[in-house]
Amino acid sequence: MNASVAPDPMLPQPWRVQAVRRETADVVSLDLVPLAGAPMPFKPGQFNMLYAFGIGEVPVSLSGDPADASRFVHTVRAVGAVSGAIAAATPGTVLGLRGPFGSAWPVAAAAGHDILIIAGGLGLAPLRPAIYHVLANSERFGRIAVLYGSRGPAELLFHDELARWRGRLDMEVEITVDHADPSWHGRVGVVPGLIDKVAFDPKNTVALVCGPEVMIRFTVAGLRAAGVADDHVHVSMERNMKCAVGLCGHCQFGPDFVCKDGAVLAYDRIAARLAAREI
Amino acid sequence: MPEPRTQPSVLLGARVLLPRPALQDLIDALAACGFEVIGPRARDGAIVYDRLRRIEELPAGWTDRQDGGTYGLERRSDAALFGYAVGPHSWKQFLHPPQERLWRARRREDGFAIEPEPAPPSRLAFIGVRACELHAIAIQDRVFMGGAHKDTGYEARRRGAFVVAVNCGTAGGTCFCASMETGPRAEAGFDLALTELIGGTRHDFLMEAGSEAGAALLAGLPTRPAGAADIAAAEAVVARTAASMGRTMDTVGLKSLLQDHPEHPRWDEVASRCLACANCTMVCPTCFCTTVTDHTDLAGQEAERVRHWDSCFTADFSYIHGGSVRSSTKSRYRQWMTHKLAHWIDQFGTSGCVGCGRCITWCPVGIDITAEAAAIRADPAAHGTKRGTSHGNP
Amino acid sequence: METLERLLLGHPFFTDLDPAIGRILVGCARNLRFAPGEFLFRENEPANEFFLVREGNVALELHVPGRPPLVIGTLGAGEIVGASWLVPPYRWNFDARAVAATRAFGIDAACLRDKCEADHHLGYEMMKRLLPVMVGRMQAARQQLLDVYGHPGT
Repeated sequence: MNASVAPDPMLPQPWRVQAVRRETADVVSLDLVPLAGAPMPFKPGQFNMLYAFGIGEVPVSLSGDPADASRFVHTVRAVGAVSGAIAAATPGTVLGLRGPFGSAWPVAAAAGHDILIIAGGLGLAPLRPAIYHVLANSERFGRIAVLYGSRGPAELLFHDELARWRGRLDMEVEITVDHADPSWHGRVGVVPGLIDKVAFDPKNTVALVCGPEVMIRFTVAGLRAAGVADDHVHVSMERNMKCAVGLCGHCQFGPDFVCKDGAVLAYDRIAARLAAREI
Repeated sequence: MPEPRTQPSVLLGARVLLPRPALQDLIDALAACGFEVIGPRARDGAIVYDRLRRIEELPAGWTDRQDGGTYGLERRSDAALFGYAVGPHSWKQFLHPPQERLWRARRREDGFAIEPEPAPPSRLAFIGVRACELHAIAIQDRVFMGGAHKDTGYEARRRGAFVVAVNCGTAGGTCFCASMETGPRAEAGFDLALTELIGGTRHDFLMEAGSEAGAALLAGLPTRPAGAADIAAAEAVVARTAASMGRTMDTVGLKSLLQDHPEHPRWDEVASRCLACANCTMVCPTCFCTTVTDHTDLAGQEAERVRHWDSCFTADFSYIHGGSVRSSTKSRYRQWMTHKLAHWIDQFGTSGCVGCGRCITWCPVGIDITAEAAAIRADPAAHGTKRGTSHGNP
Repeated sequence: METLERLLLGHPFFTDLDPAIGRILVGCARNLRFAPGEFLFRENEPANEFFLVREGNVALELHVPGRPPLVIGTLGAGEIVGASWLVPPYRWNFDARAVAATRAFGIDAACLRDKCEADHHLGYEMMKRLLPVMVGRMQAARQQLLDVYGHPGT
């Protein structure tokens, strides 16, 4: 920790947008640096609250390399007033930032296992720090596979990196889209259909899953069918968040506060709740 | 805490008698120490908590009649100052205000600067805090101060607060603190506790100091020693109250009973009565949920964030882009009650219910949390109508 | 013949198949190759062959007037292509186009249907293998319908 850590977790600190990369038609990645001090360390899977002056604040997961201490990278989709304002930021724009908050992908505990990293849509963004970590420490893991699906080819995030990862010999990358025209030469189908396309030992595999809740449910069903135990599956949950520190009550999911007990939660812990309605 | 003006001559836990008129001396002593004194008053047909300067402002001779969806003030046959149970207010509104600015932001050349809200100006002294309310404050202490991230505003107000508790001489019709083990006797969490002794020509308070600060304050008041008979009389008051609770809650296994039956048909049944009006969450002394709104001035140069009480009964509460996670009243009532009585234990190591009965009294349709818990307990395995039933004969 | 039987029974669709059934099936089977862009079949043609992909990639496409075809799924090594041969009127509902150089087994549909009809043990064995694939495809199609990554509210 350093001087840029606010004593009051409710107070945003000013951070400047250093660079903007357009990922898709409505998704951008922002590089952020603090006006004062240096970025704090973060763990893969954690998020920050980003504030657009006068408009409001939303949780956005960190999507950059946890080993890069020079900046925070956030990948934002413009879906509402606040995320729209944040996604419209240009280099020089100052945003408010609180964080990092939340639990982390259990990358250390996954060492020694085959690791399946399964993402749907924007869910690749919170998993990318885990991928960076795993690839930087690939000797600690068994087989490494990234399974990724999106709505269509135009909605795939991080094209260049996906291409680079596909070229690596120490990992498998399988990509699918829900819909495509024949100019797309890759797979068409849903993410759970990718599980049997890669090699892993189900008895010794840790799976990290992030995407829309429906995609998570079907993917976990596919992992179960493949023989991966529920306690080796970790998912990232999404709920309404206002404070990010367990004080406002909005993100409750059964006994858990998604903001501080999650967003990453072990599937065996939440399986019954995911199966019930409107929890 | 007030600075001791004299060496305490009253020992922690020792009991002394304070005659009724000397309660004014207590108020004055607190004010002299810089406290803003808050206490009960009868106003607009209810006992409310507000600024207190004179003992004449206390609700002398008033009591409250409470039942599901019903509240009314009635005259007592005596002039007791604390002869009611609890009203719609709780001390939550002072420690965790209904609306609070968190910070202001001002545009600058290099972006903007955030200015934290200044610390609360005055320290608060609460007079008339019930045992259930002491527990409610202790529960909110865990919520706001017990985790990795503290609510700095709450912490500042709480640390500065002076608490004068009252042992209950009257149980309300919706009270069930005895079964929640949160009352009616104030056991801890107070600076001073008093028991009102009234009858015949007598009107005294048996005082007990619960902190050094309380003992120090008491030492400066015109008290006289309490005898064994006084202490016995005070015990009898509390015992009589404990025996006259309007409601009971069976807490044995209640946590798993609720957590294991999210599809119990009773949730549908209660949803058919519940108006999702959020009254229960507003009057609850432990409900802590909030939302924030961001504002700017017209020129866009200044912005602020204001925090307000929120309720899990609103549609917006669980909104994530596209819709609300809990869209049905059934799911919202279930969330509130299961959180209060079950998840709270996982989250904070204590039930979120103190048995004050406010949610029952102030529910416009009289939904009774003790009755809802009992209904699920009566037939935990009950199924909804959704799964169909098989008939022996075609 | 012996080689085709060994290869056919090596396809994941026939894992642990009774060799006796394998010997019957191989009489209906042939080896096929498709160049990229070549169609395995087209919509509304008679569905007279059941395909088991050995390697390559096949896109199931739906022709939509005035716009590019819509790819509704892709199938690769170890997967099967086509169900319309099973149910009257035995006509394909989609186009199946090789996206990459593709090798497959083709099993003559009329031949296979006759053998299933004549030998219910064989027929039931086929049903147990086909039905899970079909149910899985149906469930996957439903998930695609959900458009889970779409903009909420649109």
